[in-house]
Amino acid sequence: MAKDERSTEFRLIGTRPNRPDGLDKVTGRARYGADMTLPGMLFAAVVRSPHAHARILKIDASAALALEGVKAVVTRADFPTGLTGEDWNLQENSMAGDVALYDGHAVAAVAATSRLLAEDAAKLIKVDYEVLTHVIDVDDAIRPDAPVVRVGAADHSVPAGSPPNVVKCIDFGHGDIEAGFAAADLVREHTYKTEATHQGYIEPHACVAQLGADGKGEMWVCTQGQWYIRRMCAAVLGIDASGLRVTPSEIGGGFGGKTIIFMEPLALALSRKAGGRPVKLVMSRSDVLRATGPTASASMDVKLGMTKDGKLTAAKVNFRMQGGAFLGASPVGEALSCALACYDIPAVQHDGVEVLANRPKAAAYRAPGSPMAAFAVESLLDEMCHELGLDPLDVRLKNAVREGVKASYGPTYAKIGLVEVLEATKAHPNLLAKLGPNQGRGIASGFWFNHGGETSVSLAIGEDGTVTVSAGTPDVGGSRASLALMVAETLGIEYEAVRVNIVETGALGVNEPSHGSRATFATGKAAVEAARQAIGEMCRRAAKEWGIEEEAVVWKDGAAMPAGPNAGQFPPMTIAEIGAKMGGNGGPISGHHETNAEGVGASFGAHVVDVEVDPETGRTTILRYLVVQDAGRAIHPAYVEGQYQGGAVQGIGWALNEEYVYGANGRLQNAVFLDYRIPVASDLPMIDTVIVEVPNPGHPYGVRGVGETGITPPLPAIANAVAMATGARLRSLPLSPPKVLAAIKAKGRG
Amino acid sequence: MSKIHVSAVVNGDPVDFLADPRESLLDCLRDQLGLTGSKEGCGTGDCGACSVTVDGVLVCSCLVLGVEAEGKAIGTVEGISDGGTLHPLQRKFIEHAALQCGFCTPGILVAAKALLDQNASPTETEVRYWLAGNLCRCTGYDKIVRAVMDAASEMREAV
Repeated sequence: MAKDERSTEFRLIGTRPNRPDGLDKVTGRARYGADMTLPGMLFAAVVRSPHAHARILKIDASAALALEGVKAVVTRADFPTGLTGEDWNLQENSMAGDVALYDGHAVAAVAATSRLLAEDAAKLIKVDYEVLTHVIDVDDAIRPDAPVVRVGAADHSVPAGSPPNVVKCIDFGHGDIEAGFAAADLVREHTYKTEATHQGYIEPHACVAQLGADGKGEMWVCTQGQWYIRRMCAAVLGIDASGLRVTPSEIGGGFGGKTIIFMEPLALALSRKAGGRPVKLVMSRSDVLRATGPTASASMDVKLGMTKDGKLTAAKVNFRMQGGAFLGASPVGEALSCALACYDIPAVQHDGVEVLANRPKAAAYRAPGSPMAAFAVESLLDEMCHELGLDPLDVRLKNAVREGVKASYGPTYAKIGLVEVLEATKAHPNLLAKLGPNQGRGIASGFWFNHGGETSVSLAIGEDGTVTVSAGTPDVGGSRASLALMVAETLGIEYEAVRVNIVETGALGVNEPSHGSRATFATGKAAVEAARQAIGEMCRRAAKEWGIEEEAVVWKDGAAMPAGPNAGQFPPMTIAEIGAKMGGNGGPISGHHETNAEGVGASFGAHVVDVEVDPETGRTTILRYLVVQDAGRAIHPAYVEGQYQGGAVQGIGWALNEEYVYGANGRLQNAVFLDYRIPVASDLPMIDTVIVEVPNPGHPYGVRGVGETGITPPLPAIANAVAMATGARLRSLPLSPPKVLAAIKAKGRG
Repeated sequence: MSKIHVSAVVNGDPVDFLADPRESLLDCLRDQLGLTGSKEGCGTGDCGACSVTVDGVLVCSCLVLGVEAEGKAIGTVEGISDGGTLHPLQRKFIEHAALQCGFCTPGILVAAKALLDQNASPTETEVRYWLAGNLCRCTGYDKIVRAVMDAASEMREAV
């Protein structure tokens, strides 16, 4: 276990031990959502709307129910009525009511004794539709004469007389915006667009659900948050939350998309109707793309003012986002808050609207809203740097936020590391690489808030002194390893002596999901507190045995020992000795901590990409890629690098290939991985990383959270590199070969 | 539709199962034989999570019918390790942190082993193109490629 050079003050923090779930995952033993089988289990299939917008006139399931082995069919009529707010949104998105709101919207579901039989039965369920006019594009949806997605969906923030699909308005800012632009030597304004993309986790949603007539049930499900699933399913089905026991499976990727429910209530409703038999429901890839995720699409205006030496004087952003047919699903608020968060600008103004469209309900996707906002702001900033002949990295450094600066979104920054990140970027050898013809280099910064949230952790000392940690945040990228490192460091024992289990909803208080880059931060913080509590109890046990005061015992190197010569002469009592004796010396020893974790530290990053654009095809090849990001402290550096690399490559996909393509009929045209093309190994070089460590004072080991920031800079960094390589500035993603080629040709004509 | 009796050898063990003629080999492995290591990520041969070998040839088991396994030797992720000893690829994947969620890992291990079985010294480019049919959304492939190259290097030295 080689210890990285950067961390010398700790015994284990900063090392790279093997992850505890590694063996299960390389041998095929790890059990994911679809890997569970229960006695008497039925299989489900879902009937989905083929129309973007259609009134459901009649559902006839008689032919399906006539098949031997078909046990239940459910429609919206099998769910309670009268839900409001987000509960109604979740219920409506799980199963259409009177109107199907998007292509792929669930309309009915069937359970049968085999998967093939359930699929056959689903084909026999006859649905009569009256097709309605639909709207897909965010700018089309905002027009006053657009087809109305849902009447009365707007919240109180929307002024009277607004276009019918506008459902939320946001505005905030500070400083004298007019004076700021007046003080600038250069003012530029442009409009940018990004298409919807999908989180693209390789594991489709899957669950095995069981629910009895008494409202008691169980669910095995791939999720980022078992308590969220429990609360949402309970609300949608009208049962008590405590009646449902939710056990998270291993999760095959989530990226925000597995924090809410999609088909889980259908499996529960089918089970309830089929006499409580367990029901397995596994989505197909096409169902995943049509009816889960995706992220929002955006149309964004940005106006920046800059002095001739590169100081930003004022910024104005106006964002329009659609998150499907449901209020509150788009991350427009987060996008506005992230847009200018990297820079210290005297005057900022943010305006945004959320618009409904006939698309699936958007779900969180890694730093929700931040990548789109960064694409718009960082693209314009880059353009202005080139116009003024300034180095884009120096300009970012000149305007970078630091401790004590009032953030664009309101609060004052505590200790942050953007300056350190930009300086480390500047010093990296990738910036010295010579560029050839048709090659360009792009730079961009990025930001994510990070998150604390509701957290509950328990820890128990075993009879042999080994330790079990019960955590409630599913392990999406190595968090069991980082939690074990932090607990072992705190207890002064070996990493291998700590086992971390991700537990079901009955085992702990409520935990928020593994979202917001919070698992290592918040669960880690709570686990350290739980370990400290157990240490306190172990010191008490030693004091009792030695017959000295509790205060005279300290904990060091995994053992209780007298605080000094005056406390008495006793050999250290190890955790193993204390564990062996605890039954006769006061009973079990555990630690427990629950909190709404505070002390979150924001994470900033900067990416540098070199590209080559083929002038004959418009295809962009990534030559070199550098991620520099402040981790606060890297508990397990290999998994921090993994987050940086994975986030960057998702961003590369968003920038170059990925988009939801709709036909004129409002149907998704690319609902398979062949056509929704995520990056593959041969598209990419190695992804270079630099972990900057500016410790977060709000965490016992300085953790900030690293999962999300990394997806933010690739969108603008690549657009900036393509602009340098081709001389053509593209302001709409993705930079697919036909679009880049057209831009090159247009420039030639111009 | 009546089911068809299939006899095959999976990871060296003789097996018998009844396959609906519409069922994929992947479904038969998972549902009939309880070998859930092979994963379905797409069902259309685009993601490679279901990669297995049939008589030594690397295939997406979601694109092979279960009935086609009759008389064939099937290799899955469960058969990569030699009893208690991990294959170097499996060990290197853990050591290099070449997996995060781990869902694509079984398919990538099967595919990478098929590569090393026929090419002991692949270049980075060869590894990247060979694995281009195996989607991973978590890692950005960097650590996967390093793990495969390192395993190949160790296996060459061991010969």
